[in-house]
Amino acid sequence: MLTIQFIPYNQIAYLEPDEKIRKLLKEVKLNKIVLMQGRLNPGEETNLIQQTMEVIDENFRGVEICTVYPEAKDALGKLRTFFLGSREGVTVIGPASIVKEIRRNPNKIELLTTDGKIKSLKKKGKKR
Amino acid sequence: MFEDFTKIIVDFFSNLFLSRKSIKMGIYGPPNSGKTTLANRVCKDWLGTTMGTTSPIPHETREVKIKEKIEIKKGNKRLTFNLVDTPGIATKIDYEDFLKYKMNEKEAKVRAKEATKGVIESIKWMDNMDCVLVVVDAAQNPYSQVNLTIIGNLAARDIPILICANKMDLKKANLKKVESAFPQYKVIGLSAEKGVGMEEFYSSLFKLVK
Repeated sequence: MLTIQFIPYNQIAYLEPDEKIRKLLKEVKLNKIVLMQGRLNPGEETNLIQQTMEVIDENFRGVEICTVYPEAKDALGKLRTFFLGSREGVTVIGPASIVKEIRRNPNKIELLTTDGKIKSLKKKGKKR
Repeated sequence: MFEDFTKIIVDFFSNLFLSRKSIKMGIYGPPNSGKTTLANRVCKDWLGTTMGTTSPIPHETREVKIKEKIEIKKGNKRLTFNLVDTPGIATKIDYEDFLKYKMNEKEAKVRAKEATKGVIESIKWMDNMDCVLVVVDAAQNPYSQVNLTIIGNLAARDIPILICANKMDLKKANLKKVESAFPQYKVIGLSAEKGVGMEEFYSSLFKLVK
């Protein structure tokens, strides 16, 4: 059975960066695919990679991660990004033992699981 | 006496000039994108030596390697830098992947452990770089999260970036796709292994560090 854990933005928005990453990794290590509202900032992304590398062993082989978010091209979009920040978009993080590959293309996420089934998580345009 | 004094003055200003121009140029990218192949090509072209071993097995480079004082020339211009070749950044490392390359289990586990340390080391070194060559495999999907994370991190640190779309000699290579994935950055198509596109690459280095 495949478990997808949804984490809303307000559940992690006010956590310290380290704490945020620990929480995400804890869920992933329980073999859940995390669907997080919003995205990590670049520093948090590298922090996630670092913390993942520290806990890799024979049972936990790492993570697959992918983020999609609307690009702010016009003034309104930039204003929206300024106020909503990293709340926009969606981030998928899954254990490498279950998620073989995540393809980002660029407004669509395709999740390739180890049993060969593709779960497509389509992001509907730029609607929020 | 006067000649000695002149030599001291000249040496002093030469060293001062050299140390200012001697910058740290990092090579970053996912495993097997050709980082060490590019480092070797640069070293071969300007020093006549190589920098590290390459292999089809991922995570061949598991420690940061530095080649100091590489001086490249273009017309009257000279550029001196220290080249820093880093282990490939990945989000997963599975020792079983190495078994496919005729490694025994013990060797594969050791390699996996060293590779995880290499990734951490690469990330830690980011702060030390003055500019970075991001090497991506032009035959692969450029929208990989590792590419986006590396570039996003360097951009957040205000480190100048040159994207090297490597392996352009492969049939599947698609420079336009790489360019459209990173429209805000200069992208150079090259084949480090075959030595294709190196003239444009070296010209771009002068622009990267100006």
